[in-house]
Amino acid sequence: MTGPRATIRVQAEPFDAAAESAALTAGRRDLGAVVTFTGLCRDEDGRLAALEIEHYPGMAEAEIARVAAQAEARWPLGGLCIIHRHGLIAPGDPIVLVVTASRHRAAAFEAACFLMDYLKTSAPFWKKEHFADGTAGDWVAAKAADEAAAGRWDREG
Amino acid sequence: MKAVYFAWVRERIGMPQENLDPPPGVVTAGDLIAWLRARGEGYEYAFENSATIRVAIDRVHVKQDAEIAGAREIAFFPPMTGG
Repeated sequence: MTGPRATIRVQAEPFDAAAESAALTAGRRDLGAVVTFTGLCRDEDGRLAALEIEHYPGMAEAEIARVAAQAEARWPLGGLCIIHRHGLIAPGDPIVLVVTASRHRAAAFEAACFLMDYLKTSAPFWKKEHFADGTAGDWVAAKAADEAAAGRWDREG
Repeated sequence: MKAVYFAWVRERIGMPQENLDPPPGVVTAGDLIAWLRARGEGYEYAFENSATIRVAIDRVHVKQDAEIAGAREIAFFPPMTGG
């Protein structure tokens, strides 16, 4: 289970990273560090018109919560916010947000990195490309590098 | 049990979900994949590289050797590409 200070949302709507970060730290005097990571949709050098993100409703939220609980067990976090979007996303628009707050920076940095590595390989989302020239795109293939990035936390654990 | 499919598994099978009633010999998620494969061209295409297919039972990741007895919802999907 995630703690009372964890916010997890799966939504079609855009999010405001600065507002989410501000909300997480508002009124807090105990926090010394807040790390905000935003994953954006890139256009792949003009090739892409949009990304379509499919998700498994119910499991997406549950799996993010499981990963968040692992991060909370591993690092002393004072706050945590994870938002992942689904649906059609245009280049330049945000896809995923991870905000971690802690007394000291190492925990916030490491937890944010861990969360992103695990979200990529275990949260049930799939990206499909829509090409700018109007041709039908295909599903993005999972990268071995992403599996390796998540795996390094096991070795370091 | 209810089967749900995502991404290219869903597209190849041609539907997002269906109810399955596998015979008693189908014990594990892997057995279910093998049984589904024999149901037609779309299933064969979806599960042609069956080792790459990920499975979740009642919305929790499992390995293909997990037993499906008692499962309410079993999901099949490609490796995830979120984040």
